[in-house]
Order: sequence, then C-alpha cells, then structure tokens
Amino acid sequence: MKAGRHPDPFLWLTVFCSLSVVIFILFPLTEMIFQPSLQDLKETICDRDVLRSIWLSIFTSGIAAIISFIFGTPFAYLLARKDFFGKKLVESIIDLPVMIPHPVVGIAILGLAGKNHWLGHIMSNLGIRVMGTVTGIVIVLTFVGMPFYINTAKAGFEAVPVRLENVARSLGASFTGTFLRVTLPLAWRSMLAGIIMCCARAISEFGAVIIVAYHPMVAPVMIYERFTAYGLKYSQPVAVWLIMVSLILFLLLRVVSISGKEQA
Amino acid sequence: MIEIKAMRIELSGFALKELDLFIMDGEFFILLGPTGSGKTLLLEAIAGIVPVTSGRILLKGRDITNLTPEQRNIGIMYQDYALFPHLTVFENIIFGLRYHNKREQNALKKWVEWLINQLELRPLAGRSIRYLSGGEKQRIALARALAVKPSLLLLDEPLSALDQNFREEIRELLKMLHKEMKITFLMVTHDFSEALFLGDRTAILNRGEIEQIGALSEVFTRPETPFTANFVGMKNIFQATFKGKKARTNGMELNLDSPPGKNRGYIAFRAEDVLINKEDMTGDGRNVFQGKISDIIDRGPYYDVAATSGKLMFKAVLSKSDLVQLGLPAKKEVRIIIPSSAIHVL
Repeated sequence: MKAGRHPDPFLWLTVFCSLSVVIFILFPLTEMIFQPSLQDLKETICDRDVLRSIWLSIFTSGIAAIISFIFGTPFAYLLARKDFFGKKLVESIIDLPVMIPHPVVGIAILGLAGKNHWLGHIMSNLGIRVMGTVTGIVIVLTFVGMPFYINTAKAGFEAVPVRLENVARSLGASFTGTFLRVTLPLAWRSMLAGIIMCCARAISEFGAVIIVAYHPMVAPVMIYERFTAYGLKYSQPVAVWLIMVSLILFLLLRVVSISGKEQA
Repeated sequence: MIEIKAMRIELSGFALKELDLFIMDGEFFILLGPTGSGKTLLLEAIAGIVPVTSGRILLKGRDITNLTPEQRNIGIMYQDYALFPHLTVFENIIFGLRYHNKREQNALKKWVEWLINQLELRPLAGRSIRYLSGGEKQRIALARALAVKPSLLLLDEPLSALDQNFREEIRELLKMLHKEMKITFLMVTHDFSEALFLGDRTAILNRGEIEQIGALSEVFTRPETPFTANFVGMKNIFQATFKGKKARTNGMELNLDSPPGKNRGYIAFRAEDVLINKEDMTGDGRNVFQGKISDIIDRGPYYDVAATSGKLMFKAVLSKSDLVQLGLPAKKEVRIIIPSSAIHVL
C-alpha cells in the first residue's frame, strides 16, 4: 500500500534510464535530419553521384539478401530441425561475421582475392575481380548480412511444430511438399523479416566495403568521402537520404513482424 | 496387419529395446505405459518419422522399414491435434487428398463427405481452426487422418488433452468409427480405463521394453510382472515364497486358492478386494490379520485407507458408510481381510 503512494526509487531509476537511452538514440538522429535545409536535400538528391551511390547500396544489399536467402534457407531449416554433432560450433561459426571487426572482414576477403592466392588466381582467370568492383561489394555485404537472415529464418522454422510436418508426411506429402504447403506458409514472415534485416545490415556496412571497394562508391563510403573532403555540412544531406532508405526498411520490418504476431 | 520384428531404436538419451509386436487387421490395439516408456517413439517409428536402428516393420506383408512416411499410408494423430493453423477446417480435412490420383480422389470425396457428417463437422467446414474447442479440433484431426483411408491409424494419447466431457465424446466416436470402418487402430495411452473401453489387445511398455502382451481383460486380471500388476491397479504387491497353497511374505502367511505355478515370486491383489472390519470374519478362503489403520485419504466418493499388520502395509478402499460403520478413530485395532480368491500370483 505504501509503495502505491510513494513509488519505489527503483521505479524512478528505471524510468530515468529508459528515457536517457531513448533520447540518446533519437536526439542525434533527429538533429541530423533537421539540420540540412530542404534546398540542400533537394540539391543532394539531384546530384547524380549521390543517386548512383544510394542506388548501388540498395542494389548490392538486395543481391546480398537474395544470396543469403537462397543459401541460408536450407541451412536455417537444417539447424532448426536436426540435432547433430558439432551443431553448437556451427551456430557459433554463423555468428562470427557479427563479431569480427568490419575492416578485418574486408581484409580477409581481399586476401583470398589476390593473385597470390590460388582462389584469386582461379577467379582472375575466370575474369572475376573483387577489388574495386560490384562483385567485391556484394561478397562482403553477403558476408556481414548472412547471419541476420539465417538466425531469423531459423527462429521462424523452430516456431513451426515438427508434428505438423510429421502429420503432413503421414498424409502423403513428400518432404518438399510438406515444406511448401506447411512450413513455408507458417514461416514466411520470419523469412521476410530475415531478408529485411540482412538488407538493413548490408546497407549500413562501411568498414568492410571501403577496404574492398572505395569505388564504385556505396552510400556510406560517399558520406565518408564528403565528410573528409568537404566537411560535416556536405556529408549530412547524403546521410539523411541514407537514413530515409534505412527507415523504410525498418518500417517494413515492423509491419511484417507486427501483423505476424496478430496472426499467431 | 502389422508385424514388428526384432525392432530396436537407439537415440542419444533413450533406447527402445528389441521388441516384437503383431497387430491383426481391423484390431484396436492399445499401447499402454507411463510417460517416458517409449510409446510415442514406437508410434513414430511405425509412421516412419523416426528411423529404426535394426529390425523390420511389415505392413500387410510388405516390408516398410525403409519407406518414407508418405509411402506408408499410415495415419498419425497427436494429443495436441497438430492441425494446420493456416488452413480452414475443410482444407485441413482434405489435405492428403491431392496425393491420390483422380479416380481415387472421386471415391475419397464421397468418403470425406460421410466422415464430415459422421463427425458433425459440416457447420465448421469454412472456419479457421483458431478458437475451436479441443473436442472440435480432435474431431477435425480424426477426419483429416481418416480422409485418406490409411491402412493403419496411430493415435498418440488422443484423449489426454481434452476436458472430461469431450473426452467421453471422442472416446465414443473412436469406438464407433473403428466399428464402422475396417481400419486398424494403434492407440497409445497411459489411462487403463480408456484402454479397457476401446481396446481389444494391449502391450504394456515400460522403459523401452514390453512387459506383457495380451487381451486387455487378461492383462487386467492376470498381470505377469509387478510393474503390470501395479499399472492395472493391483496396489498391493509383495515379494513372496510359496509352499503348497500358502504364500509367505515378511513373516506372514496367506492362503491361496490353488498352488502357484513354477517360477513365481510375487503376490498381488487390488485395494478394492481388501476388507477392513471390526469383527472377526473368519470363513473359508479368508486371510484375516489383526492390524491398525495407519492412514486415511479422502478421495471424495471414497477413501484410500492404509492398514498395517506386522511389517506389511495393505492398501484398501472404503466407502463413506463403511468408514462410519467402523467408527474409526485412527490407530484403532481392526481386522484386515483378504479373500484368497482375490490373490493373484505372479
């Protein structure tokens, strides 16, 4: 009863901390969005270089997400359904790209692509170049984005009771038929959420990309270049446009996961 | 008919020991056993969901050991219904139809109509399966499994998740459907009364091993192991040695109706067969002991009573009126009477 009249100091502490965190996240972002004038924003978006870099960011991230989807879906399903020796180890390996410093990722990929390495040698014979190409960008973005897709899709598959699949099989559906008629309709939201997260992660990558490809320029590299060459004021409008793209992805993700919860 | 020959399953945490089982066409076979005895594992092995380590499974003479679940034509029904949440009731029921050719489908459609009417699912057909009652869900699961006319239907505790009134309803339905159709049923349960109501024969499973196979009435009256005896409700089980028509246990002697066969080591009898009285009731075939009531537990319509005599503790069941008649303040001297005809030797 007493606690009702005089709220616990701990309650005040939690409110204070929560507010601080929210402000800490939102304040710099909103300030940055509102600092450039509309005129600046308009000019920036008409700048062909900026447009090209934003488009390149979206394009390469999208390709990275599609690759993650193709290779990651069966893998995520396997991890969700089967127990095998060394599973924990495999799961840790998937999380590695999240832990490794981003420039290190770029250096590791470049190390493979060099002519001194047998793989780089083969690739150069096939005409595949990594350094300074869209291919290189897609490779590092897939590297950093893949774990987000796999982990989200895996959680989605785990949420589908294995008994539903058992019953479908007993009713005559093949393994593929069961996946398409039972598992997929129940897990597609998670898979879509995984694709969006993978995309969002890839779009924001800077450290790994700048090692592999300064040119062609993706949006984060462009922002960095504008900042170092012309200063804060010139980098901000590009940043705002990149934030807009990220926000759209973020909103999509929310819509997908919220309507998913309502259905469950 | 289904035949399981020397089947063994080894998993990392559990093993189903080598077992043989034979289920006849059209039989309602019950697999009885406590939680963790391996019942569900056995079912899933028959369905092809769990691979067997060794041994064979034959369905109507055909070796199905290495077939995938969809090639076996064996239906499975789970306790939690396992309905497809993204499909309507009707879509759930006809899920398996498309895996048959056109001619079969036409025949099956009529059959599905019959099932839907029998199970009173017509009014639900277009609905989503959310917000249905447990009884409705289990009726849908039953219709879905039967729609493809399986050669064998496996039922994994189909009644245990249901409320009492739904449980009786589904139980009746199962019995009716089994009678109407010539499909073999293999049901797993841990509830003996359910088994008695539905089943023809049973296998008692304990820790991955079959303890006894036989007609339900036979297993009920003549359990062969202490585990089975306890499982079918013989709450009084004592290790004993035998001499002629007498059994000795813990320094006490009990008269039997007939001399026991060879290699017997236990006597067992039901709590319902133990009488507790104030007076002596000596007579033919009665074992009477002087004892004390040591515990009384109120079970609502009746009482569970424990009475000790010497080193033995007997479990008995008394009605309210019995208890009143005894005028029992606890710890009072009573006579414990066990008819020799009630004593089962194993």
